[in-house]
Amino acid sequence: MRWTWRNLDSIGAALGEHVLLVGAALLLAAAVALPLGVLAARRPVLRAAAMGGSAVLYSVPTLALFALLVPLLGLGFRAALLALASYAMPVLLRAVVTGLEGVAPAVRDAADGMGLTPRQKLWQVELPLALPSMLAGLRVAVATLVSAATVAAYIGGGGLGVLILTGLDQGHTEKILVGATLVCALALAADTALRRMQRA
Amino acid sequence: MIELRGITKAWPGGAGVQALDLSVPEGECCALIGPSGCGKTTTLRLVNRLVEPDAGSIRITGQDALAQDPVQLRRGIGYVIQEGGLFPHRRVGANVAVVPALLGWDAARTRARVEEVLALVGLDPAQYRDRWPHQLSGGERQRVGVARALAADPPVLLLDEPFGAVDPLRRAQLQQEVLALLKRLRKTVLLVTHDVQEAVLLGDSLALMRAGRLVQHAAPAEMLARPADGFVADFLGADRALTRLGLFRISDVPREAASVPGEALPEATTLRDALSAMLERGVTALPVAEGGSLTLEAVLASR
Ligand SMILES: Nc1ncnc2c1ncn2[C@@H]1O[C@H](COP(=O)(O)OP(=O)(O)O)[C@@H](O)[C@H]1O
Ligand SMILES: [Mg+2]
Repeated sequence: MRWTWRNLDSIGAALGEHVLLVGAALLLAAAVALPLGVLAARRPVLRAAAMGGSAVLYSVPTLALFALLVPLLGLGFRAALLALASYAMPVLLRAVVTGLEGVAPAVRDAADGMGLTPRQKLWQVELPLALPSMLAGLRVAVATLVSAATVAAYIGGGGLGVLILTGLDQGHTEKILVGATLVCALALAADTALRRMQRA
Repeated sequence: MIELRGITKAWPGGAGVQALDLSVPEGECCALIGPSGCGKTTTLRLVNRLVEPDAGSIRITGQDALAQDPVQLRRGIGYVIQEGGLFPHRRVGANVAVVPALLGWDAARTRARVEEVLALVGLDPAQYRDRWPHQLSGGERQRVGVARALAADPPVLLLDEPFGAVDPLRRAQLQQEVLALLKRLRKTVLLVTHDVQEAVLLGDSLALMRAGRLVQHAAPAEMLARPADGFVADFLGADRALTRLGLFRISDVPREAASVPGEALPEATTLRDALSAMLERGVTALPVAEGGSLTLEAVLASR
């Protein structure tokens, strides 16, 4: 444990980077998935393309996706961020589309018939009713990203993966364990928080 | 007053609505009937422009509905659908307050009105206002649906099979209550139903559709007595003469002064029930509680 006590700041910094990477990637993914999901839920053609495309994107293994993106985006935090965002986006997109599709037709009809504008219907009826599905998708996305962000270290994205990677390189068991434990703890903490939100 | 002239709507698949002329005078209820798929719902949704017509004109309380903003138009028309369509994420009170909120009413006025309309539809506001829709029975949900449609006091109401999802035992009572309520409030109502008995009970007039066309539009007693063709007769059912007797009461026909023995019926009894009593007792005359007697001849003469 001596190494850990001497390197608390750099461990903290790696944890911070990891959280930042996951958080920023989620925001970016949500910023694309939400409007795209809303559009796709209304247009059958776009829906088919979006759902098909996202299934393909999500089925690509993390490391392969990173490797594929390196020639396009180069190395570093930005590249890792984009790779992670494109990994989480399909999950969120699916959740938005299925959530919106789960709204009962009678409820939409009543909303239209009472004189809600399309925008009012979206914000006051459809999105609130899609929320449980969206939160479930967010949980999956967070769990995926926390572990996928570990791989970001390979392309210089920083985060807890760096501890594990360099630990492996140097045969430094303590470093590996600290990195791996923190990744697990982070995943568990985020999942617990989101599960509480789902229940509320 | 609802006035449809030459309304046409073609669906890509086929039948929609063909050159439909229909008017519902102020304060009356027109029951739109016909077999499934004949265009009843389409007609109803043309009135509040959830469906846009290909041709024709629509006037509601004198105003050209097609010239108005559809969203504004709908806020002035009550709309009740079969499944209720209550917002599952809002409590009963908030559901009823949807249109007042869209119209920008202040909180105090909205709250008072929510209590008022809940009471109108027979739900105690204190008990129901804070419930969730999933905590209600089918009948209670439909009551809330009607309360929601009445909240902003629109002169015109559109009801699409409003009692379809209510269990048969409760349906009759709900129909009676809603009928009395709409009469009292003098609403102009277009009601879609596939149930002849319901149409006869609630409608001041019946409009029968077939494959997107209006076949006959008449008062219930008139249509039951003189169906325009075999299709109308078939749709009204082989028991249409009995259905028609249900429209009249003992007090509507001449009575014999002399009384006859047996248990007396009140004069508010329908002729249908009176005839049934005669059949059951094997008699041709019944004593009436208010005096005199009802004869089989008088029942038959009511045709
Ligand atoms: N939005 C729509 N798009 C295409 N066809 C429709 C649509 N709505 C209704 N139809 C068709 O129009 C016909 C009449 O439907 P509807 O008015 O719902 O009948 P009803 O209420 O009398 O059962 C049906 O054949 C139905 O398939
Ligand atoms: Mg219908």
